[in-house]
Amino acid sequence: MDIDRPNIEEYLTPDSIHTPLHQKLLLRDLLDISPVLTEAAGAIIDDSFTRCFKSNPPERWNWNIYLFPLWCFGVVVRYGILFPVRVLVLTIGWIIFLSSFVPVHFLLKGNNKWRRKLERYLVELLCSFFVASWTGVVKYHGPRPSIRPQQVFVANHTSMIDFIVLEQMTAFAVIMQKHPGWVGLIQSTILDSLGCIWFNRTEAADRETAARKLSEHIKGSDNNPLLIFPEGTCVNNQYTVMFKKGAFELGCTVCPVAIKYNKIFVDAFWNSRQQSFTMHLFRLMTSWAVVCDVWYLEPQNLKPGETPIEFAERVRDIISVRAGLKKVPWDGYLKYSRPSPKHTEQKQQIFAESVLRRLEEK
Amino acid sequence: MGNASSMLTQYDIEEVQEHCNNLFTQQEIVSLYKRFCQLDRNAKGFISADEFLSVPEFALNPLSQRLLKMVDGLNFKDFVAFLSAFSNKASIQQKIELIFKVYDINSNGKVSFNDMLSVLRDLSGSFMSEKQREQVLSGVLEEAGYTIDSFLFLDDFIKVIGNSGLKMEVDVHVD
Repeated sequence: MDIDRPNIEEYLTPDSIHTPLHQKLLLRDLLDISPVLTEAAGAIIDDSFTRCFKSNPPERWNWNIYLFPLWCFGVVVRYGILFPVRVLVLTIGWIIFLSSFVPVHFLLKGNNKWRRKLERYLVELLCSFFVASWTGVVKYHGPRPSIRPQQVFVANHTSMIDFIVLEQMTAFAVIMQKHPGWVGLIQSTILDSLGCIWFNRTEAADRETAARKLSEHIKGSDNNPLLIFPEGTCVNNQYTVMFKKGAFELGCTVCPVAIKYNKIFVDAFWNSRQQSFTMHLFRLMTSWAVVCDVWYLEPQNLKPGETPIEFAERVRDIISVRAGLKKVPWDGYLKYSRPSPKHTEQKQQIFAESVLRRLEEK
Repeated sequence: MGNASSMLTQYDIEEVQEHCNNLFTQQEIVSLYKRFCQLDRNAKGFISADEFLSVPEFALNPLSQRLLKMVDGLNFKDFVAFLSAFSNKASIQQKIELIFKVYDINSNGKVSFNDMLSVLRDLSGSFMSEKQREQVLSGVLEEAGYTIDSFLFLDDFIKVIGNSGLKMEVDVHVD
């Protein structure tokens, strides 16, 4: 049973209110609210939006007496041996990074070109250490991103580690939500040097400032390539939610990047409602490995006559097909807010028009 | 999420099944429990109005506020009982009873002209004027032999809606 077909289109058509079109209006037609109730009950029982944010841990295989001791042994290895080694690797990485980055950042203040080159290299190095600390096996497909003006990279979003996985190969400048805690600290110090842009998704005014910064950034020829996650939120790597059109109305080339994590090893989805980023990293560092594929896809341009929204959908299609993700017609920000009343109004309008039309059929 | 069914014992499942008059199979009840736990974020034992509204498909339903009054704060047993009207095994009478309850928001056993007007208002929003709504409603009421002062009872609903192809079913997906 295909439970994931996007149903918002049929949701809003007259068919969902099955009143016969050319018959006189009867009391029965007004009292019978069964279609509307059915839709509500359907949504309560299952809905395509909540499905996007459901964690899908790997299948449990330790369910019998032979496998259980093996699993216990695995736990001991993972938590007792692998985890300390990984923490050590990560610590070494940070030490190397900080001891090189701090001098470079402060001493080479004048020498912009060299400084930026070194900082880029150092950030890529740090990210490699991060990836190593989860025993990350990343397979990159497609041509490596190049530093050119008038281009942005867009990717599907599963966790903040997407950024690290991509950053390992190319020092992108990313546009991200500003986080609290140690993540925020890293954001405002190190990542700032890459030209990253921050915003607060709860503030509408921030969006305009961010849009302006975006267009300024892509004009510079020596700026790091810009990476955008147009979904606006982390999704569970089985679906994609609607892409925000911000990245697609800048009038530049859009290079799609698709990322797919192999679920057998670990569920890489960061369910920010259920755990903090630190816990998420801990879970990754106590798993066997993080295996993923990254595809750099063919750059796309706005076709003549295409609106930015259509462009966004087309690119979403390209990424979803490549990474084997299903598309749902919802805005990711609905995680944080209610749907706009205009959807309800659309349904009300369809109903009202059908009633008034039948009223005239005397 | 994989622990959901282990928190529900066989005894619990049977109790819930009895409460909903066997309109759901045991597997469907387990599925509904997983869903219930998914919506009830802090494992309070009931789903709050806010959590229902976090399902966008539900929030944009014109009758969401009315339904919220009926489902807000229900525990799992009553949650299943509410949804049992949508089972394909439920009788037409049960389905009409649910429709009646949606209209009879003050639960006084009868539906007035104003109650029907209120539902019509939810369904048509700003796309019909209040006058148009009153006109339409009084027109069809008189056509059916009632007046605007009449009260409709469950039997009237059953008579009016009858068996004419009432489709009110939802499938519960079982893994």
